[in-house]
Amino acid sequence: MSKTFTKGKMVAVPSTSIIPERDIGSTPILECRHLGIDFGGLKAVDDFNLTIGRTEIAGLIGPNGAGKTTVFNLLTKVYQPTRGIIMLDGMDTHGKTTEQINRMGIARTFQNIRLFNNLTVEENVKVGLHNQTPYNTATGIFRLPKFWKQEKAAHESAMELLSIFDMQDLADYPAGSLPYGAQRRLEIVRALATNPSLLLLDEPAAGMNPSETAELMENIVKIRDTFQIAVLLIEHDMRLVMGICEGICVLNFGRVIAKGTSEEIQANPTVIEAYLGKKKKED
Amino acid sequence: MKFLAYLISGISLGSVYAIIALGYTMVYGIAKMLNFAHGDVIMIGGYISFIAANYLGLPTVVSVIVAMAVCTILGVLIEGLAYRPLRSAPSLAVLITAIGVSYLLQNSALLIWGANPKSYTPVVSGTLHLFDGQLTISYVSLLTIVACIVIMIALTLFTGRTKMGKAMRACSEDKGAAQLMGINVNRTISLTFAIGSALAAIAGALLCSFSPTLMPTTGSMPGIKAFTAAVFGGIGSIPGAFLGGILLGVIESLARGYISTQLSNSIVFAVLIVVLLVRPAGLLGKYVPEKV
Amino acid sequence: MNFKNRNRSARTDMLTYLGVTVAFIILTVLKSTGALNRSQTGLLVPICCYIVMAVSLNLTVGIMGELSLGHAGFMSVGAFSGIIAAMSLADIIPSPGIRLAIAMVVGAIMAGVVGFLVGIPVLRLRGDYLAIVTLAFGEILKELITCLIVGSDGKGLHILFNITGSKTADDLHLLEGGRVIIKGAQGATGTQTIATFTAGFILIMVTLLVVQNMIRSRTGRAIMAIRDNRIAAESVGISITRYKMIAFVTSAALAGAAGALFGLNYSNLAAAKFDFNTSILVLVFVVLGGLGNIWGSIIATVVLYILPEALRSFATYRMLIYAIVLILVMLATNTAQMKTLLGKLIPGRKKEGADNE
Repeated sequence: MSKTFTKGKMVAVPSTSIIPERDIGSTPILECRHLGIDFGGLKAVDDFNLTIGRTEIAGLIGPNGAGKTTVFNLLTKVYQPTRGIIMLDGMDTHGKTTEQINRMGIARTFQNIRLFNNLTVEENVKVGLHNQTPYNTATGIFRLPKFWKQEKAAHESAMELLSIFDMQDLADYPAGSLPYGAQRRLEIVRALATNPSLLLLDEPAAGMNPSETAELMENIVKIRDTFQIAVLLIEHDMRLVMGICEGICVLNFGRVIAKGTSEEIQANPTVIEAYLGKKKKED
Repeated sequence: MKFLAYLISGISLGSVYAIIALGYTMVYGIAKMLNFAHGDVIMIGGYISFIAANYLGLPTVVSVIVAMAVCTILGVLIEGLAYRPLRSAPSLAVLITAIGVSYLLQNSALLIWGANPKSYTPVVSGTLHLFDGQLTISYVSLLTIVACIVIMIALTLFTGRTKMGKAMRACSEDKGAAQLMGINVNRTISLTFAIGSALAAIAGALLCSFSPTLMPTTGSMPGIKAFTAAVFGGIGSIPGAFLGGILLGVIESLARGYISTQLSNSIVFAVLIVVLLVRPAGLLGKYVPEKV
Repeated sequence: MNFKNRNRSARTDMLTYLGVTVAFIILTVLKSTGALNRSQTGLLVPICCYIVMAVSLNLTVGIMGELSLGHAGFMSVGAFSGIIAAMSLADIIPSPGIRLAIAMVVGAIMAGVVGFLVGIPVLRLRGDYLAIVTLAFGEILKELITCLIVGSDGKGLHILFNITGSKTADDLHLLEGGRVIIKGAQGATGTQTIATFTAGFILIMVTLLVVQNMIRSRTGRAIMAIRDNRIAAESVGISITRYKMIAFVTSAALAGAAGALFGLNYSNLAAAKFDFNTSILVLVFVVLGGLGNIWGSIIATVVLYILPEALRSFATYRMLIYAIVLILVMLATNTAQMKTLLGKLIPGRKKEGADNE
């Protein structure tokens, strides 16, 4: 099949990608090129370019309604992108479903917590371990040796994962009965249970007090160090973002308005304008 | 000519379904519940107009009005006593309660009027002969079609133009917000049940004029089919109920005429399934994807 | 702490098996000593069938969280395929016990296959739309079976599909010695009633084993995760279609086995028996027993099946009383004040309905 190319309009390609120096040697875990989605004519996200290194903690910030969660939904294929491509670990994710994306290595949490409220904390984590305990339905019904072996292993991994946040004692409580902060932490544990290479956290510190947030920051870094994975997080708490994110991407009206390290972002006039409006107010 | 006859009888049967479906769709739109007892309200409407006409000797029109009044009260009572306490209960609990109400109405009718079918006198009699008698249309058919169109227009005007109608639409969008705007949600829901039940009484009289036997179970199957029609057109949508009802009636009539009498219901249901697969919220329904 | 919990759920399962076994032994003793009268004995097999129906429907409604209004359709498929299997094997396999077992397996497989076919379109829909389509399929299955004319003779099975309503059993052209098994709208006639209470007991135990072990395995967790939050379940790599289908087909197959047992308990059985009202009846058992609560389904089935019989002395009023009891129970268990009170007494899992409202 041959295709002739006519001379067309020129567009910018992502040339300003930044990733931590230590990740230079390997394929970036995520690469988005010209990603975009329209909702009935409205360009909710447009020309979104982002590269994340293999062990990077990256931040996605922007005012309310900028399209941050929409980016997460595009990455996890809750919405199929209208334009552009998403490369996960060098592989194109075109046409994949949410479920397949998870198996390929992206796990996420949700802005409005989505736990399995009627299942216990341990069961929630075990659901996350679903694809790591591959026995079939019949094995489960007839309780063959494989069932006992894998259930035991799943129990042990679940407890180990819960121990990241010291939540082993809560294992038997229904997830819906946990306090808010614990629910947020459980969502992270459940996402980790799926053995991801990229963890997406949607406002992980929302509703937490300063000491809880500080603890969460430590834990996010610990998770990255232990599991050697990349983390992309959406957050409004600037102490968290500036404190742990190596690369930060700022979104406004569905478009990237700035990219860089925390120092660069804090000094960027476009970002300040997007957050505070045109006239800089002092109060 | 045969086709035309099937088509007309389909449209008039469909008009009855549409009138019943309007009751289902309005209640669903506002209370988000499947009112399974609606079909039995039709049956009660049929009995009341039967008694008013045959035992009390009232004129037909008056007997239908009496039936409407009784059904309106019945509908409001059912809502107030059985459904209102369950406003915040899981939807399945409300569904089972509605089934309970349906059993209650059927068995009450059985006790009061007995299991023997009553032969209902059609609200109007006679037929219209067209094309040298090749095409006969009963006046009941014509009356049904006219009634359906009038009701449809009246309801559209009511929900679009009047204050109460707007309150109704507001409640079906968001009860909490409607309440904050000073709308009396309970009264609005009662009103919806009142209108739906009054329509059921009219449908009861028309339905019994078509097939002039009246039994405690008369309302069940037309009720289910009208509900199907409401889903078909997009539940919650008033024009959808109208369109769904007419289409369902036509499909049923044509299937009965050309394919099989035994399988006519199956064909109707099969069409419903196909429509829902292509348009998951029905013909005129709005599909709202879950927000993540 | 964890092991306490695991032991607790395992203990609930064990108690369910034990409870059913004890009830079976007591009833068998009562039956053999003649303490039960004829009409009471006649209720035993249908109760077993309805228990299996309720437990299997609970898998769809309580565990998977989707409302099915056509469960009787699968029972019907199982009943008639079971009857055909048992009757056509009458000369080959003389032992009624083995034939009954084969009939139940055939019923389960046929209903499972139909469940799979129905599931393909149904499981793409959600909520009330899914419910109305299951209702539609239930009615379609009923009408299709009403059109069936089946007979068997020395040359095997003869099946006619009577769409126009003009064919009769004579059109099967059976050889001499052949027998008509299903006569269209009349249904199955002259069936040998080989169903036994023991078979019913075994079927309940098998159903409990399948459903309870499934719930406490990876599969069950996936199904319940989808129920609690579909989007989150997808995000942790669970295939929604696959697990919904597993639950739906299992539920249909168990209903099919129950149907076969039910069908072989009556010498005459019409397809009209398995209509919408039967589906609703089973749904009432499930909801009153508690969604997702297997033991509750069993108790509710027994109580509600016997209730109308017990109310026989009230004759004509019994269904009226049944309806009133149903409404009052729903009002009592679901209104806010009663709920908090009951919540304190019974710490159980409550599944809220769809996110509408």
